[in-house]
Amino acid sequence: MSEPRPVIPVIVWPGSNDDRDAQLALERLGAESPRIWHTDEELPRETAAVVLPGGFSYGDYLRCGAIARFSPVLRAVEAFAAEGGLVLGICNGFQILTEAGLLPGALRPNASLSFVCRDVPLYIERTDTPFTSRCFEGQELTIPVKHGDGCWFADEGLLGELDANGQLMLRYAAGANPNGAVADVAGVLNADGNVFGLMPHPEHAVDPLLGSADGALILGSLVDAARLSLTAAV
Amino acid sequence: MKATVLVRPKPGILDPQGQAVESSLRHLGFEVSDARVGRLVDVDVATDDKADALAQIERMCEQLLTNPLIESYEIELEQA
Repeated sequence: MSEPRPVIPVIVWPGSNDDRDAQLALERLGAESPRIWHTDEELPRETAAVVLPGGFSYGDYLRCGAIARFSPVLRAVEAFAAEGGLVLGICNGFQILTEAGLLPGALRPNASLSFVCRDVPLYIERTDTPFTSRCFEGQELTIPVKHGDGCWFADEGLLGELDANGQLMLRYAAGANPNGAVADVAGVLNADGNVFGLMPHPEHAVDPLLGSADGALILGSLVDAARLSLTAAV
Repeated sequence: MKATVLVRPKPGILDPQGQAVESSLRHLGFEVSDARVGRLVDVDVATDDKADALAQIERMCEQLLTNPLIESYEIELEQA
């Protein structure tokens, strides 16, 4: 009998476009990843973690993620997160989590006003989280970004607080910030440590053939943590 | 009751759109500074009561129309 496959659903909104890549990556890493439609009011009973994928939910009208935040499935995601469930938001998923107030800060149009699509070097600042356990401290990862609204913002007070709490755990390497995000922040963890959002796309970097397999470290960490919660629950 | 909501990036928030617009205006020969680009939402609220309309629009702004962390808003009510 092989290791149990934790159920990690990937949410799909009209306009999501990275859901299949996320599903493929998670399943290759040992998860069971059904795609869940945005009108569903409940997550599968066995859900061990949830992924909010990249794309342009509801056309990204008004502000990125502002409308997806009110979709029925997000009620279920919020309830899941409130009970300590693991939630990972990638790109548009990150934007939705900030709009929903599950993650701090906000994402603004890139400082360059250009859509950026390229590999970026990143630094992991913490390895004691469910999203980075496969990494080593200070590890540099290469993972692609592709976004027009990735300029993460927090005012000075909030920034200091998050930094002190170790929540700014993924940053662009010096000089490689692709969007003008404050403090070179590429990814943010919530205070409880169970919700993580990032602009780079780990699901697009899970095989050397894609130029990098570093994304598998993040998604693999999530699969490990989800599997652990599974065995803990039994 | 018809209303217009003006949404602006808060002071101090980087506004690359405003900067691009300002730069273009300067290229056209206008002496301008501090251009900021926001958003305008026209809406018809199903009430004739001014206070009620204002209260409802404020809730709309807090819940959906603005992100209070980065945007401020101003409400203009049109007299019927």
